[in-house]
Formats: sequence, C-alpha cells, structure tokens
Amino acid sequence: MSESTAPILAAEGLSKRFPITRGFLRQQTKQLRAVEDVSFTVRPGETLCIVGESGCGKSTLGRLVLRLLEPSAGRILIEGTDVTHLGPAALRPFRQRVQMVFQDPFASLNPRLTAGEIVTEPLENYTPLTPAARREKAADLLSHVGLRADLMDRRPFEFSGGQRQRLGIARALSLRPRLIVADEPVSALDVSVQAQVLNLLLDLQAEFGLAYLFISHDLGVVEHVADRIAVMYLGRIVELADRDALFAAPAHPYTEALLAAAPLPDPRARRTRPILEGEVPSAIDPPSGCAFHPRCPIAVARCREETPKLRPLADGRLAACHLR
Amino acid sequence: MADVALAAPAAPRRHGLATQIRRHPTVFIGGGVIALMVLIALAAPLFAGNPLAMNPMHRLTPPSAQHWFGTDNLGRDVFARTVYGARVSLLIGILVAAGAIGGGLAIGLLAGFSRRVDRVVMRLMDGLMAIPAILLAIALVALWHGGVAVVILAILIPELPRDVRLVRSVVLGVREQPFVEAAVAGGARTGKILRRHILPSTIAPLTVQATYVCASAILVEAGLSFLGAGIPPNIPTWGNMIAGSQLYLAIAPWTIFCPGIALAVLVLAVNLLGDGLRDWLDPRLGRRP
Repeated sequence: MSESTAPILAAEGLSKRFPITRGFLRQQTKQLRAVEDVSFTVRPGETLCIVGESGCGKSTLGRLVLRLLEPSAGRILIEGTDVTHLGPAALRPFRQRVQMVFQDPFASLNPRLTAGEIVTEPLENYTPLTPAARREKAADLLSHVGLRADLMDRRPFEFSGGQRQRLGIARALSLRPRLIVADEPVSALDVSVQAQVLNLLLDLQAEFGLAYLFISHDLGVVEHVADRIAVMYLGRIVELADRDALFAAPAHPYTEALLAAAPLPDPRARRTRPILEGEVPSAIDPPSGCAFHPRCPIAVARCREETPKLRPLADGRLAACHLR
Repeated sequence: MADVALAAPAAPRRHGLATQIRRHPTVFIGGGVIALMVLIALAAPLFAGNPLAMNPMHRLTPPSAQHWFGTDNLGRDVFARTVYGARVSLLIGILVAAGAIGGGLAIGLLAGFSRRVDRVVMRLMDGLMAIPAILLAIALVALWHGGVAVVILAILIPELPRDVRLVRSVVLGVREQPFVEAAVAGGARTGKILRRHILPSTIAPLTVQATYVCASAILVEAGLSFLGAGIPPNIPTWGNMIAGSQLYLAIAPWTIFCPGIALAVLVLAVNLLGDGLRDWLDPRLGRRP
C-alpha cells in the first residue's frame, strides 16, 4: 500500500489509565491500564479494524481518538494536526472530520427528539438551519441510509434496531466527515440486519470516500469490511496486518488463537488450531513482560520478563512477539 | 396551575380526555380541587365579605345563614377569613414550589455537570440538610422579621437541598447516556447539551417534586404562622386563624375546624395531583412521544 497519501488519523503512543480510588480520602491505589502505548494510522478511504475480546480496550481507544476521553499519554493527529490538547473551541473544526457510530442503537439516540432532529443536529451545531432547510437536509440524509423521508417526524422508539442504527449512521454522515469511528456498529443487531447495515457502510464508503476505524469482536464482520486489521490484547496492539495476510497466516500466537476460536460454519469440520484456555488477565494487574505469556502456547522465559515491541516482520506486517 | 402546564408537553396526546381521566383519576381530582380553590381565592373580593371587619356583638356565633362558617372571638367572619387565607396558602405553595424548582434546576444542573462546583455545592447542601427545616425557617424569620416574602424565603431555603439533589442525580444519570456522548462527538456546545439533551429528562421528576414541595410549603407556612413566626397576624392565614382560636376550641370548634379542613383538603389535593403525575410521567409505564 502506498504511503504517499497523508493519514486522516494518526495515533502515537496513545495510553489511557483509569485511576482506581478507594476509601474515604480517595487514595489512588491502582490503575486500570485500558489502552497502553497504541500507535496506528488510518489513511483516506481505508478501513482499519480493531479486534479483540471484550475488555481489551478497543472501545476506549475509539473514544480516545474522538477526544470523548482524555488520553493519559500519547498524541492524536487529525490530518497531520496534533489535536491531543486542543480546547473545546479549537477542537470543533476537527470534530467535523471525524464522526462516530455507536454500538447501542437504542441508548445512542435521544428518545425525545424526532429522527429528523437527530440526524441534523450535528449540522446545526456548525451552521444555523431554517426549518425548511433542516427538513430538506434530513430527507437527504435519510435517503442516503435507505430510510424514507416521511419517517423524519417519528421518534426513535418507533424504529427497529436496524433502522435506528441507520439513523445513527445518518447522523455521523451529516457533517460529511472523512473518517467514521464505528464502535461495534452491528453487534447489537440481528444477524439478518447486520449484513444490511454492513453493506450500507460499505456503500457509503464508496460514495463518500470515507475511512473507517471499525471496532469489532466479530471476526466474520471484520473479514467482510477490513482493509487492515489491528489485533488488541489487554490494551496493546499485538498484531497489525493487511486483512488477507492476517487471515491467511496470523503471526502472533494470540491472533492465531483468536482465529481458531471463531465459530466454524460446518458442524463436522475439525479445528486445526488449538483453542485458547484460561481467562483474560485483569488490566489492573497485567502480567509482567508480554501480557499474553500466561496463556501463550509457545511462551519462553524471555516473554515473562521483557515486553515485546510492535515491530515489522519480513512481509511488512507488525507484530509484538519475541518469537516471530 | 403551573405544575399542570409543565406536565402538558410530555403528556401523550393520542388518547382522548375521557381515557386520560379514567386512567389517571387522581390527577384530575387533585387538579380539579386545586383549580376550584384558586378560583375561589381569586374571586374572594366578589362574594366573601371583609375578613378584617370586627363585630364584638356577634362574637363566637355558630355557623348560620349570615355567617356560613360562624364568627371568631373578635366577631370576624370565619368564611371570609378562610377564603382570604387560601390566597396566602396558595401563593406561598406556588411561589415556594417555583423557587425550589428553579433554584434546584440551576444549581443541580451545574453540580451535575461540573465536578468542581459539585464538591462545593453538595457539601453546602449537606450542611443545610443537617438543620431541621422548621428550626431554620424560624431562625430566618427571626433574623429578617416578618412579611410574606421573608416567609417564602425561609421555607424555600431549607427546601432547596432536596431539589438540588434530585436534579443532580438525574443529570448524573443522563450525562452518561450514549446519546449525550453522541452530541459531544457531533460538536454540540455544553450549553446546548444541557438544554436539549439533559434538561428535558429532569422535567418529569421535577414536576412531581414541585407538588410535594408545594404541599409541604403550605403546611410549613401554617405551622410557622401557628407558632407566631410566620405571616404577621393582621393578615388572615389558616395558620394564624388556628393559632388565634386555640383557646376557643371547646366552645367554638368551627373557628379551628374550618381553616383546618381547608388546609387538609388543599394539601391532600396537591398530593393526589403529585402521585397521579408520578405515574403518568413514569417512562417505564409505556413510552410516551
């Protein structure tokens, strides 16, 4: 892939630690390391998927790049500008470039507003609209996501889950962003509706040249939409590779285990890779060295002591493993 | 009533009035009684006679065609005094409720949205809550001397912490909703988020709270007046009437029972309205548009 196009989004050494306070005087006893030293870029028009188990920090990462959470360390660059420390007013123009689609299609829409008000609200934050102009915009946005314009006066509870998610997508589209952070956008939907919403996302990508930072735990979904995939484990990226390379030959033992754990469509098929055992360790007390070593089938003494760096392998992909 | 006007936009409009009355009878009974009392209090000069005119020849006369509720120890018409007393009770109930809701909303929204404000304000509110309301009210009246405005403030200030806490808890809950996060991501400014996404969620619980504040304010005013720490005795109020007549309970019970029953009916009506509104506005009982 060519490196000549400037990335829309770059994260450099991004970390988020949540202090855990306890007791009367709120002494800070420990930290939850939700995201640790994560770096990646998203180029125009591409889809970078972030995959990992629940609790690995993928949603936190999505909120960090939108500055919905403040990073503890690291930098966020949007179109080359460092936005990590911008105040609310200075950040506003950048909010237009990067929008978000949320996981929960019910809680992410204000139940008291109409569909039209919901999808045009971001627009109105930047340019005042007359009621007529707003209705026109709303109709346009609804038609882009496959909803009839006459639904704009309905309220969210009158829509199905899939339709609500379409409203969420229309809202994200309203500012004509260049990047959409999609946090598990289909995981709350029925399987039959998932495919429709995914195809809508892909169509919109083609139409508007959108880039996606697509957060998911579902490898089937990821395989369908991704250009590149970053695998996260306990707050760190352990492998970052092109989709085909990753699915063909995972480099990191955790990626391998993750692929092995994906359900097989054929009930008689035999698994060729070992299934991972044990639980994800706590992000409050992560294991020393490589966080994956207690569950890793190939771990050696060095893995316990030294945290592996994310480094390029021979075929250009990145992996964080001493042994690959 | 201000309370009813607040509730109206949130109320479902799909059903006819008859259906609503059948579903929420207490709202209409309570609201009806209050409306009637407001009407009577407003129209008092047209029919009630002079509440201050003394007639020593007709002291402590029992109810008759001439004096519907009898007369008191100075020969004043108890009916006229009860009707005029309603003006004070209603005025204080409504103004205290409005002040408590307005103040609670402003302070609660700030506290719910800014942690720094929250720490200071909530400790202050905790301190206020530690002092019994009636004691604080008496102290404030003693400090500022009598008058309707002073009594309203004296009832309002001890009432505030509860309303601030109510608004704050609603704000803290709604603030974490993904649709608020979505508004932030969409570039909405803080003021707009408060106004458009958070404020509407506080309306329903506050409307209900307003009725409870109103009822308790009416009772506290009567209590303060009874104790002599409330409205000056030259203004007829239910509390003043009961206080002035307590010596005559045995020989002229109407002097106490008439304002007493009026007080009980008004407070009951306000509470019925509040209870009914709580059920009506509860989002768990059917989604409203």
